[in-house]
Amino acid sequence: MTQENVPARVPFTSVSAVAAPISQANVDTDQIIPGRFLSLPRQTMVPHLFRDQRYNDNGTPKPEFVLNRPEYANAGILVAGRNFACGSSREMAVTVLVDNGFRAFIAPSFGDIFFNNCFQNGVLPIILPEARVNDLLRFLLELPGAEITVDLPSQTVKGPDGKTDQFKIDPFRKDCLLRGVDEIAMTLGYEADIAAFEAQSVMARV
Amino acid sequence: MAATAAPATMFEKIWRSHVVVDRPDGYTLLYVDRHLIHDGSYFAFQRLKARGLKLRRPDLSFGTPDHYMPTDTRRKEDIANPDSKRMVTGLEINGAETGVTVFDIGDRRNGIVHVVGPEQGITQPGITLVCGDSHTSTHGAMGCLAFGIGQSEVMHVMATQCVWQKKPKTMRVDIDGALGFGVTGKDVILAIIAKIGAAGGTGHVLEYAGSGIRALSMEGRLTICNMSIEAGGRAGMIAPDDATYQYLAGKPYAPKGAEWDKAMARWKALPTDDGATFDSEIMLTGPAIAPMVTFGTSPEDAVPVTDAIPDPSTAADAVKREGLAQALRYMGLKPGTPITDIRIDRVFIGSCTNSRIEDLRAAAAVAKGRKAVVPSWIVPGSGIIKEQAEAEGLDKIFKEAGFEWRETGCSMCLGTNGEIGRPEERIASTSNRNFVGRQGKGVRTHLVSPAMAAAAAVSGHFADVRKLMA
Repeated sequence: MTQENVPARVPFTSVSAVAAPISQANVDTDQIIPGRFLSLPRQTMVPHLFRDQRYNDNGTPKPEFVLNRPEYANAGILVAGRNFACGSSREMAVTVLVDNGFRAFIAPSFGDIFFNNCFQNGVLPIILPEARVNDLLRFLLELPGAEITVDLPSQTVKGPDGKTDQFKIDPFRKDCLLRGVDEIAMTLGYEADIAAFEAQSVMARV
Repeated sequence: MAATAAPATMFEKIWRSHVVVDRPDGYTLLYVDRHLIHDGSYFAFQRLKARGLKLRRPDLSFGTPDHYMPTDTRRKEDIANPDSKRMVTGLEINGAETGVTVFDIGDRRNGIVHVVGPEQGITQPGITLVCGDSHTSTHGAMGCLAFGIGQSEVMHVMATQCVWQKKPKTMRVDIDGALGFGVTGKDVILAIIAKIGAAGGTGHVLEYAGSGIRALSMEGRLTICNMSIEAGGRAGMIAPDDATYQYLAGKPYAPKGAEWDKAMARWKALPTDDGATFDSEIMLTGPAIAPMVTFGTSPEDAVPVTDAIPDPSTAADAVKREGLAQALRYMGLKPGTPITDIRIDRVFIGSCTNSRIEDLRAAAAVAKGRKAVVPSWIVPGSGIIKEQAEAEGLDKIFKEAGFEWRETGCSMCLGTNGEIGRPEERIASTSNRNFVGRQGKGVRTHLVSPAMAAAAAVSGHFADVRKLMA
């Protein structure tokens, strides 16, 4: 049987990379990785990121799509409109982005499940105010290939305009990312608590 | 709850009774009472095995293949795509290896995971339930806390029977007054999403309440909770009442005898206490809701069937304006076009949103004595629903009206089993997402209720079902 190749978790500290702008709101996970590719093993799914926006029916790339432009060949950060990656829980939406080199995502808001799935894969979703995200999108569209620096320890995003913004992150998530912690290993450390909970009767819990 | 406790929401009560560990940093290890698994969970089993971990509680885990099985056959050997076949057969093999109960292809209990859970009585008031699928919010209609998780979290639940959660906020959605004739749970949830937006419920658990909800059947409530995720909500829930208990009584996995009586005592304490507060509250007037149709590529793009396609230039802000313009280009629609002038190419009645017996009855009532003028599929939510519909003669009504009566599965809702539309094909669909490419590359999806889908099937264009039923 096929085994899925899951890369070992690496700690996340900071990323300086070309940032790609996707300014639409409500980009859903079906667009990031369409349903017809979901049964593929992880390693063969990689070229299908944004498949239908990226390629024509005959398989040739659409030059106008942002990730097809040469300036974004090494993009490592994605800046997106509100409610980015909403919809389906498919974790492949995160992994296919990770496998295409993305380590951080910046948007005014995210789909809840995608947001959680990012942390499961050692990458960072960042919420910034919509006005600032719109500024970043404008800079990136004017200066294709411009870089953004995301620094987790100081919780800052430095834009191509030199302006630095602070972002919020739960201490739990921050700690897990910084240490490259695997949640399962951590939770198994609470085995005694889980066993004690299971030993209670349902009535005792309410 | 102790008599002296401060008033609490139903969400708060269920959350509190499932806390295993509360960390000072605001994260909670929450116990999972039921874990539902489908054929898409294949890779989680693989990863669990690769790490040498075991399923902690196979007795609390239930599986049903639904996403990858074609609905024109019940033979796994007929699955043409080898990747899909591996997903479907993988669940049977993994179930046998780990001791998870699987309602496999060919078993009458097989069906869409969010239909099967309530139908088998696995979903019960007061429990926590998770599944690696965003529409897990469906189960909250039974008065429980149910939410979708990603594949890594599925593996985490398999290994630990717990999930890490940050406590969400709460939103009360009040439906004041009973719905009008021909208006269903689907129309209610589309009206809610149109009002609050596709991100309106982000970070929240939505509790639907009010006389409009109380008057609804379990099927209607399941449809509403199902699409909570389309409003951005983490979960949706509805307090249990007599309708819930009547639905649940006698189901295979529901408590029996003295256990039932004990459970009832617990369940009756679940509803939100008077005086409990929510982080936000919204209200819709039930009788004012009309049959809804989506016109764009987000579920928030929904209008009453009596309306016309809105003009993007009237949108609230630039992002919305550009989004709507782009959506209308994709959908091939012009502002100002009356909804009932939009011609359709195909109809899909099915999905975890709308494939239950009441949905099929509503569609059959419209189809009866009429003829579908476009290809129209009926995909029941489970083998049991299919049997029941056949016992009621609904299959005959559909077949005589030219509808195609198929086997159960997720089918054209998302097309992972290969059942997709053609580019630019316009589909009236009872599913939950009108996203770009959701039902196949270039496919134009309009979300509607089952009765509205049947009305479109026999008209060839959207039609106000209330006029057909008058």
